[in-house]
Amino acid sequence: MTALSATRGVAARLPARRYLIALALAVWAAGWALLRGHDTFALGGAELTPLHGALNEAMDAVDDSRNSNPLFLYFINYIRLFIDQAVTAVQALISQPALGRPVPVLGWLGVTGLATAVALLYGNRKVALLTAAGFLSFGALGLWQESMDTLALTLTAVALSLAVGIPLGIWAGLSDRFNRLVTPVLDFMQTMPTFVYLAPLTLFFLIGPASATVATMIYAIPPAIRITAHGIRQVSSDTLEAGTSLGATPAQALRHVRLPMAKQTIIVGVNQTIMAALSMATIAALIDAPGLGQTVLKALQTLDVGTAFNAGLAIVIMAVVLDRVTSAASRRVEVQRRAGRLRTTRGRRLEVAGVLGVAGVLAYLSYTYVWAAEFPVAANAGPYVRRAADAASQWVQDSLVAYTDAVKNLLTNQFLNRLEALLTGTPWWLVTIVAVVLALLVGSVRAALVTAAGLLLLVLLGLWQDSMVTLASTIVATVLVMLLGVVAGVWIGRSDRADTVLRPVLDAGQTMPAFVYLVPILGLFGATRFTAIIAAVVFAAPVAIKLVAEGIRGVSPTTVEAATSAGASTWQLISKVQLPMARSAVTLAASQGLIYVLSMVVVGGLVGAGALGYDVVAGFSQHQLRGKGLAAGLAIVVLGIVLDRVMRAATQRADVAAHGGPHHK
Amino acid sequence: MTAPSVAERSAPDTDVPPILSVRELWKVFGPKAESVVGSSLSRKELKEQSGCVAAVRDVSFEVRRGEVFVVMGLSGSGKSTLVRCLTRLIEPTAGEILLDGEDVRKADERRLRELRRHRMAMVFQHFGLLPHRCVLDNVAFGLEIRGVAKQDRYARAREVVGLVGLNGFENSYPDQLSGGMQQRVGLARALAADPEVLLFDEPFSALDPLIRREMQNEVIRLHQEVGKTMIFITHDLSEALKLGDRILIMRDGEVVQVGTPDQVVGAPADDYVRDFVSDVPRSHVLTLRWVMRPPQPGEPLDGPELGPDVVIRDAVHAVLSAERPVRVTDGGQLLGVVTSAEILEVIAGKAEG
Amino acid sequence: MNDTGRFSARDTQEDQVAVTRSGKVRVAALVTGAGLLLTACGGAKVGETGGTASAGGSKGCGTFNLAVNPWVGYEANAAVIAHVAEKQLGCKVVKKDLKEEVAWQGFATGEVDAIVENWAHDDLKKKYIDDQKVAVSAGPTGNKGVIGWYVAPWMAKKYPDITDGKNLNKYASLFKTSESDGKGQLLDGDPSFVTNDAALVKNLKLDYKVVYAGSETALITAFRQSEKQQKPVIGYFYEPQWFLSEVKLVKVNLPPYTEGCDADPAKVACDYPPYELDKIVSKKFADSGSPAYTLVKNFTWTNDDQNLVAKYIAEDKMSADEAAAKWVADNPDKVKAWLPTS
Repeated sequence: MTALSATRGVAARLPARRYLIALALAVWAAGWALLRGHDTFALGGAELTPLHGALNEAMDAVDDSRNSNPLFLYFINYIRLFIDQAVTAVQALISQPALGRPVPVLGWLGVTGLATAVALLYGNRKVALLTAAGFLSFGALGLWQESMDTLALTLTAVALSLAVGIPLGIWAGLSDRFNRLVTPVLDFMQTMPTFVYLAPLTLFFLIGPASATVATMIYAIPPAIRITAHGIRQVSSDTLEAGTSLGATPAQALRHVRLPMAKQTIIVGVNQTIMAALSMATIAALIDAPGLGQTVLKALQTLDVGTAFNAGLAIVIMAVVLDRVTSAASRRVEVQRRAGRLRTTRGRRLEVAGVLGVAGVLAYLSYTYVWAAEFPVAANAGPYVRRAADAASQWVQDSLVAYTDAVKNLLTNQFLNRLEALLTGTPWWLVTIVAVVLALLVGSVRAALVTAAGLLLLVLLGLWQDSMVTLASTIVATVLVMLLGVVAGVWIGRSDRADTVLRPVLDAGQTMPAFVYLVPILGLFGATRFTAIIAAVVFAAPVAIKLVAEGIRGVSPTTVEAATSAGASTWQLISKVQLPMARSAVTLAASQGLIYVLSMVVVGGLVGAGALGYDVVAGFSQHQLRGKGLAAGLAIVVLGIVLDRVMRAATQRADVAAHGGPHHK
Repeated sequence: MTAPSVAERSAPDTDVPPILSVRELWKVFGPKAESVVGSSLSRKELKEQSGCVAAVRDVSFEVRRGEVFVVMGLSGSGKSTLVRCLTRLIEPTAGEILLDGEDVRKADERRLRELRRHRMAMVFQHFGLLPHRCVLDNVAFGLEIRGVAKQDRYARAREVVGLVGLNGFENSYPDQLSGGMQQRVGLARALAADPEVLLFDEPFSALDPLIRREMQNEVIRLHQEVGKTMIFITHDLSEALKLGDRILIMRDGEVVQVGTPDQVVGAPADDYVRDFVSDVPRSHVLTLRWVMRPPQPGEPLDGPELGPDVVIRDAVHAVLSAERPVRVTDGGQLLGVVTSAEILEVIAGKAEG
Repeated sequence: MNDTGRFSARDTQEDQVAVTRSGKVRVAALVTGAGLLLTACGGAKVGETGGTASAGGSKGCGTFNLAVNPWVGYEANAAVIAHVAEKQLGCKVVKKDLKEEVAWQGFATGEVDAIVENWAHDDLKKKYIDDQKVAVSAGPTGNKGVIGWYVAPWMAKKYPDITDGKNLNKYASLFKTSESDGKGQLLDGDPSFVTNDAALVKNLKLDYKVVYAGSETALITAFRQSEKQQKPVIGYFYEPQWFLSEVKLVKVNLPPYTEGCDADPAKVACDYPPYELDKIVSKKFADSGSPAYTLVKNFTWTNDDQNLVAKYIAEDKMSADEAAAKWVADNPDKVKAWLPTS
């Protein structure tokens, strides 16, 4: 087909499509007006469908077979023992009394020394300093032992995740078939809300470190696999071909070419795995995982914002330290390569020996002397932090509540309630038909099929109405995330100063456990769906902002220069050059934002979102509701997959249209 | 122009069997590729009818031992695919590739690997160096994967590094080297294995013109020193003319012409080739054989003597300064004569028509 | 701190590995040696002074795995029992922070010995006591659980007749919010409790909509803001609960509970039954003859007792152990009655 006729074809189709979309929406609105309240599958909070009952029984069956089923006796129980032992060993080393001693093997001085040494040897001086300061601050916040428990759990989970994830990632990087097979599983693992599998996991691995570690691994393995596979895949085909042409076997090509060249990317994967593990280790406190998460959850029971914040702060600090050290390690690989520094110079050997020697001395001291084993109580600044946070939270709640109420009412009544009424009030079949037609019009045939299957699945799960309520909140939250993401992302992408100032705030937003800021937000907005939306936005916006900023910064400086020299104003530069060119980043931000919003649905259930989030939470707490909770968890995954696929198909279509129309067919 | 009685340029021995011989080679990309083999449809028709792209179509040629054989074509002509088919970096669809009489296509994994490790080595356009290894380790890489002991492979690598003029850079990393230097590493890596055939896939097209010329001279020098058979892919005609003992011209996956540089310039097989070579300064390529004419009656035949394979450029001075026609002789036998008229005709570029 | 001997001895090796990995043991050893000389006068050594650990004498009692459910009232029970078990019976108490559902599972696996404040949970009782026979009841705690609808004190003062359920429709418009579709909002839902509120609203023909707050935290925040800002809120709550000592919520009376009036959850039109909170222990624990079991079985106290300890923890920010120690010191007679008589 010639370019001319292709363009004409699109031009002829475009307006028609627009009319069709309008028509579909009009049919929907009319259907809502006429058929309001029919076939909407409303299901009360404690009501169950037969499916939910069956799920309950299935879980009971698992529960009952623990001591008879060979799967348990010969497999799961051993895994459990192994993981428990591993966690216990790390705990004995750094956090829990061990070897008949009243303190762990290594005290604060030894752990801080070793951590700093590792940061210095694998990273650089700056991150070593940060590490030392970070570890000391755990003690200063009065949370040394809790922090070490969290660290022990995180490190064990990370080590196991990498032991499983990197080989699988390599496999996925080498085999397209395996990659295709594993990708949807990883999607599933990442969108499935934690709460849903937390309780069932205890059926298999019992309460305690093993379940907590496995839960953490479920969340932390996907990035390890994905990023490793990506690293293996992106190795330059030129170099690979050169290897093959020299007669390298596939194993040699992997060992000498792919792995060394993917090393830096794999370390990025390690970084992401650590961050995921840390965020999960907090939530795993719900099944008795030791550490800071316990402190946060306990504080929440008495609405003790100060204590929760104090522990949250320790988590943020730990996240920042781990993030910066692994990032520095990854950069070091690259810098070292470029600098062509030889691996085994005398200087390096001396450095390693010296640093480890000092760390060894510190470790020995902390093993031997009480002052180096137990963090001095006098240095505990925790109470000050707590009081300050309490005061700040009080002030915010008391002085802002008048405005926040107004904002909440405006947005809820104008947008959320209308959207929700439309989604929940229309018969399910009409919603499904309209959604499928829209998916077809803005996306592709495949997206339409996924939509149809997904929505029917929601009906089968018996959670149609709850799903629609959650969908409405999810859409509103995602829109808010993207508004914030684009505005702040453009700002940060264009200004280094904004970047320096805002990045730590974004990091904190991403790593501070949501439980910490729930109380002040609750104070401001009450137990409402809007509170849940705000919590989701706080959690999801940083990712979206970072991705957009990355995209803006990635726009070629030549293009920007060309536009500037053509006399474009700042606004024109942003709207006509930078944003359009960063479109793929914006799209990525939207889909990531959506996933993050969905992962907060359950937390939303804790603060008034109701619907699926509440179903999951209630399922976690009430025996007879756990089947329903599981179904609700699946419904969240289904929503995620449908929204994600439609969004991707729509972007793809837009891309094709932008590049001169489809040439085939 | 008079079609010359084409005689072979003094080329390597023709009686010795060719080191590499390629017969009716096809490479088709797309569904049901096999069914397309033998088709006579044009590329475009083929694409429309079967969805297949025939990158290499029915290509046959022979490469003699010690020869520099250049494959030339524009981008998309299939030349890079062709060279990759030779060691099956790309699996050919049909045809035969005989290396010293052994069919490469019939080799199993292990045999093929042996062949790549010992007998044919390749130099790539984008170098394909390992960024995490220093020069010496890059050069020794091929030896390492075939299991040569560390000391031996470093010794050999040092030797080759010296050969390509990289002394003193053994411990540098690829990132620290210029493009030309990096390609020297690529060259050294290929040489290290001491292969019988060196394959070059547009090795210098990513380099600056000055560097490119330097590297071309380097290849000529190496060829003289080590005498390897070389198959050299390029899109640059002047490079082809400069390096090639013989040139194969490809277009749309098919062979258009195979011949020595002066054959290609002097007797283009079709308009495509003619167009291609039209800008070549003919006097730099053609030999006296191409411009000599039979002596006219009464012409004095006591002028100076020159051989038939002397390039015109090199004969200009002798011919123009001679007062009588220059005799072109081969082994004492008179082949024809050349006067300033013929020479000037070529230099003035009016030779065609 | 007192968990002496809980962990295995494998860690020293790991420590060693971290140091030797560089292959530079000798240098490291030199530096270490130098360090030793420098620090020969370093202060108190670990284990030399008994200051950090003293307990752990597990004579006759052994390890006592006590589930701690996530509310402060429960924590108060657990704190006092743990304190007495440790200090007076010499048990090694391991507290496990668990949700109720998960804690019950612990009976089957042996991870949990006792739950010391249970709110009904007939389904779990059926499963673990009647069917699996891995748990047994250990009698009431003495606390009376009350569940119902509550308003903040200022509302009860300003609208005295609001505490009668019959008048609720009169005030429905007061409770309208962005969540309630133009009706009054009835704030519901700590997810741990089974409620009949949706059915109640329907059967009592109330012009209200049930909105799920989703957590105890959300409910408390709502009531706290209600009192502070004079904002009307009505919602589900329960006692004993530490928050009542901060804001004395007032219960709204629905038609009184009679035996069997809640038999059919869909037709229920009466108030919640009063709960007798009880203790559940694992069968194994009950049969073990541990003095800790006797302690759990004998343990009873009043709502006021519990609220007091809960207040120590929640408002006065004492640690659970401090709070328990204070209460135990103030109430030696009550404690004495719980101890085994041997």
